[in-house]
Parts: sequence; C-alpha cells; structure tokens
Amino acid sequence: MNIETIRTRLAGGELDARAVAERALTAAEELNETLGAFLQIDRAGALARAGELDAGRQGDESSAQPLGAVPVAVKDNICVRGLQASCGSRILGGYHPPYNATAIERLRDAGAIIVGKTNCDEFAMGSSNENSAYHPVRNPWDTARVPGGSSGGSAAAVAARIVPVALGSDTGGSVRQPASLCGIVGVKTTYGRVSRYGLVAFGSSLDQIGIFATNTADAALTLSVIAGRDPRDATTADTPVPDYVSELTGDMRDARIGVPRELFGAGLDADVRASVEAAIETYRALGAEVVDVELPHAKYAIAVYYIIATAEASSNLARYDGVRYGFRAEESHTLREMYRRTREEGFGAEVKRRIMLGTYVLSSGYYDAYYLKAQKVRTLLKQDFARAFERCDAIITPTSPTTAFLLGEKTDDPLAMYLNDIYTVTANLAGIPGLSVPCGLSQAKLPIGMQLLGPHWSEPTLFRFAHAYEQAQPFDARPPVSAEEQ
Amino acid sequence: MPITESDIEKIAALAQLELTDDERRALTPQIASIVAYVEQLNELDTSAAEPALGGLTDEGARTDAAREDAPLPSLGQTLALDQAPDPAAGHFRVPKVL
Repeated sequence: MNIETIRTRLAGGELDARAVAERALTAAEELNETLGAFLQIDRAGALARAGELDAGRQGDESSAQPLGAVPVAVKDNICVRGLQASCGSRILGGYHPPYNATAIERLRDAGAIIVGKTNCDEFAMGSSNENSAYHPVRNPWDTARVPGGSSGGSAAAVAARIVPVALGSDTGGSVRQPASLCGIVGVKTTYGRVSRYGLVAFGSSLDQIGIFATNTADAALTLSVIAGRDPRDATTADTPVPDYVSELTGDMRDARIGVPRELFGAGLDADVRASVEAAIETYRALGAEVVDVELPHAKYAIAVYYIIATAEASSNLARYDGVRYGFRAEESHTLREMYRRTREEGFGAEVKRRIMLGTYVLSSGYYDAYYLKAQKVRTLLKQDFARAFERCDAIITPTSPTTAFLLGEKTDDPLAMYLNDIYTVTANLAGIPGLSVPCGLSQAKLPIGMQLLGPHWSEPTLFRFAHAYEQAQPFDARPPVSAEEQ
Repeated sequence: MPITESDIEKIAALAQLELTDDERRALTPQIASIVAYVEQLNELDTSAAEPALGGLTDEGARTDAAREDAPLPSLGQTLALDQAPDPAAGHFRVPKVL
C-alpha cells in the first residue's frame, strides 16, 4: 500500500491505523528471516501509536494528517526515543538514545507510525550492507544478492512492500544506490534541506537524511514533512519549503535534460546503459530538450570523496571511547588501554580502515597534500556543476554502474567497492540534490535506476521530472520477496 | 611515498586503535593502494581554486545559525549516566589515567 491507498482506505473506513500498523509489523516479522532488513521491530510502540491515532481520528476527518497512519522504517543511525540506535555497530550495541531526531519528531507530528530500526552498513560505511556487525541484508529481487548500501535495510523494507516509506542517510550515495538496486525511489536532498539533529554523524560536510518510497509522490510528500530549518542543526538553511506534491504536474515542456557523456563510458554495465539511454529518449518524447554537458572533474570524485569522508569520519568517530555510553572492553588497566581496546573490539574492519585513512590524511605534514587538495578539487567539481546547470535544469546519469551484485563478490577489494559510488558521490561533494528512479529491469530481472541531479534547492524540478517519467514508463514490477501480491 | 607497517602502527596510535598483527598486515597494502589511488589528484592544478570549506550553498551561508541566547533544559545527571558502562557516585568511572 502506498500513502494514497492508506489514506483512501482510512477515509473510507476500510482500515484503521491499528490494522495498517499490524499489517506492516506482521510483514516485517515474517520477512526478516529472509531479508534481515530490520535490527529492531517495535510491535508494542507501533500499536500503541496506532491506537492513539485511531482515538484522535474518530469523528474528525478534517484533522487528517499528511502522513496519518503511514508506517515508516528508520535506519539504525537515526535516533528514535525508546528504540536502539546501534548504527549497525558493536560499539553502539544496545544503545538507546534519550531523544528523537528532528526528522522523527516531524514524521510523528504528521501522523506517521515508526515500526522499527533498519539494518545498515556499520556507521553508514559501505555500498552493500555487508559491513553490518549484526547480519547482512538480502535483496528482495534475489536473496543471493546485496540490496546496496549503506541504507540497505530501509531499501529492502520498502522494496518488499513492508512499509511505504523509510528514512536512510546519504553521505556518498547510501540512499540512491540501494534504491536503484532494489527498484524503488530514493532521494538525497540539498545540503541543509533536512535537519540532521539526531542523525549519527559520519561525514559532516556530506551527510543528509534521505527518503525511500515506492513512487515519487510519496517521497515528495514525506520531504514536505521533514524538510526545513531546525535551530538544533546549524547547517539547515532558512529556505522556504515548497509543497513538493503540487509540483508533480507531468509537464516536461521547456525542460532541459543534460547528459554528461563522459560518464557513460567504461565500467558501465550494458543493460544499465541501455535502460538509461531509453529513459533519455522517453524524456525527449515528452518534450524535453536533451543537451550534452561536461563534468570534467567528475572522474576525480571518488578520490576527493574518500579523502574528505574518511577525514571527517575519523574525527566524528573519536567520540566512541567507552566512557559515556555503548560498548566498553573489559579489564583494561589504564584509560588509554581502555580506549584502544574498546575501539579495537567495538569497530569492524571497514570502519577501522576509514578511521585509519582519515587519520593519515589529516596527520601532521599531510593535511595540505590530501585534505586541502581534495577540498580544492571539490571546488572545481562544484564549478563544473554550476556551468552545466547554465545549460540544463537537471542532469541524468545511471545511479549505479551495475545492478545488484552477489553477497561476497566485492568484499575482498575495498577500492572496487568504493568505485561503485562513482555516480552518486558528486552530489554530496557539491551539496546538490539527487534522486534515483527505477527505469527498467536487466535481462537477469534485476532493477535498474537512473539518477537525476539538479542545482541547489531544485527538489521541485527533480520530483516533477521523476514523476513525468514514472507516468510515461510505469515501473510496476514487484520483487519475488514481497509482502503484497502484485 | 610507500606506506609501511610501522606507518600503520603510528596512525593506529593516533586513532586510538590497538590493531592485531593480522590487521596491521592486511591494512598496510589496503591503505597504500587507496592512498595511491587518491594521489591522482596531484595531476590537477588547483593553485587558483579556493578550498570548499564552510557552507556548501549560498542560502546556508546566509542563514543566521545562532539561536536566541536563552537557557534550555539539559539532559540531567540521571539520564546522562543512564547508559554509562561504569557509572559511580554521579560520575563516569574510568580506569586510572596513568
């Protein structure tokens, strides 16, 4: 059920909030053995919340809330009071934050029901969800394959129709890439559009909370609820939040779509290329003008990203020291030994690798050569986008160079895993919004996603373009593992 | 510049990580190959580019991020200590410093 279906059935009296919550909870519980999407399912809390909503709704249809009774799954690095926030890490195993993230407060105020916390790569570091300290997540389209990462649990939960909407976080593509690999919509907004208060920090100049949904309209509605200035996050901008849903007009006249041809070269899977090329032709048929654009520094984006993201992560993760909360290694004789053993036993291999790399690039004598250099190339990349957006309203690329890969396929080669993010990291580096929309299935029946990128604050345009495509080329296929019959 | 196991040991100390021998041996070539990869940035002349530090958007940079200077409730001692691995007498207890 998407949001519109829930709303219609509630209004028609076919369902109440409790029935909607019960359905999502049952699906989450039944499919978790197969998919591993959830780290915690909050049956009691969700049903209590549904009961409140049902009691409040009686006889007063005028107070219908925008997300009334909509079940939502939340990545385990976003704080929900009363639930765990392990971030997929042993070092935060059993940690229960004493407050709600601002995005969670806003979802709840809009009537949403939080059903549980979803699995992810440890501290959102990964592209396959295999870095979770607990268990991997499996792709509902083929359980031998990864769902993508790092927000793999949220993506799998929405793709398998357990919930219509889920929150994730996107530091280098961690919402858009799993959305693509799971055949759903994934949105990463402009830097400063959504408050990060209550999102556990990874790369602070890159992180944004993002949205998963089965269609553009649900994503647009959810963003209308969670976007906006928050005094508790100094990086949120004082920019008005438009009604994103009203932008879904289907109108592509006078639209200009930019195609960066250099990104359609080596390393791109043939099926992915064909699907994205077909999407470009769909836009042309809808009346859009297709123009070539150049992003000459995009090929350096992975190098820039893995300097900046790891540098910021090494600093942000310094707070996990075993003193105030979370895991502490036993039987240390000195404070320093306690720090080191706690971090050694508490962090997994990928997190240690990134802390090490980040510490190296920030260490004395290397700061200018790596971190400062990367921040300068980041400026060049921002300038590439600014020039490209003089010629077009949005840029189209694949979201990921391949469809979902097999579990274990890339775990031995960290650099190969990093290169998987080639199409997505640019948006985080430039602070621009990006959105992934399903655009077909490969010959192996795996979903393919295309990415739309726009200038800062262009979410309305991206939603309009994505919605127009969705209307022209509906993606109706459902994964074999799904809570609902097609 | 090649990265050696002793470099890895120094970085681990800075990062407050106590690596096992196996980890140190595995990380050395991995960090070296990633560093070699990111060094492709040296191809680029960045002498005219300002580093992208600070706000990423003009609107974000213009936003007055300071809130009103008014006291707000804090977490409080009970809640702050609630999840401490070793709370004692209203404090976070840790092993001896030296």
